[in-house]
Amino acid sequence: MNKEYDSIILSTAYRYFIPFIMIYGVYVLMNGEYSPGGGFQAGALLGIAIVLDKLVWGEKAILNISGATALILAGIGTFIYALIGVLTMVFKGNYLAYGVFPLAMTEVERHALGILGIEIGVTICVMATIIVIFDSLTRREE
Amino acid sequence: MTKFLVFLVVIMMSIMLFVSTGGLPALFDPDSPAATHVSPRYIEKSHAETGSPNFVTAVLADYRGYDTLGETTVIFTAGLATFLMLLTFRKTQSQREEEEK
Repeated sequence: MNKEYDSIILSTAYRYFIPFIMIYGVYVLMNGEYSPGGGFQAGALLGIAIVLDKLVWGEKAILNISGATALILAGIGTFIYALIGVLTMVFKGNYLAYGVFPLAMTEVERHALGILGIEIGVTICVMATIIVIFDSLTRREE
Repeated sequence: MTKFLVFLVVIMMSIMLFVSTGGLPALFDPDSPAATHVSPRYIEKSHAETGSPNFVTAVLADYRGYDTLGETTVIFTAGLATFLMLLTFRKTQSQREEEEK
């Protein structure tokens, strides 16, 4: 994309907005166990931060992730989720029964860690999917 | 004739639905089967079993983790489908331009 939506106000405002949106996204992910939120919402926030960056800065965006790269990222996110399920089966538990990980923790803490792991996978998948759809719709023919 | 049959089916379906609605438990009834089967377990034990003070997260990510894996796959498939559809569209358009030349 070219810099169609660029103006001095946008460039200056989003320079301050994007870090805060991304930090809020990570906060929603990490705090999802205690408050409303979680992987899907955090992914939407992180995806929007990158889409805004691409909208304002176009080709010069710092986080200029192309559609193909984002598609790979989405696959990696889904893979992380499924991998955690397979790992629980490797340690002779049921699929996605997080209590079987051989870590020096109580079973409850292992469950909390497993939930965080799959939420990270969901976040990466949702974030990358938003970028894929945005990039597919806005990319121009070369 | 077809219209009459369709009308008959609609009437019979409506009667069936109205009759069966009377057998449903009342709204917000704490003794309904839905509220007595697994919900008490989630409410009483989800914090002790999963370490998450939030029921929604506990059910979404732990008890029904397999369901959430399906949801994530659906989102990934949506992104993949969008990418492939628009990619194909672009290719056919450029091919058309080449044919015109």
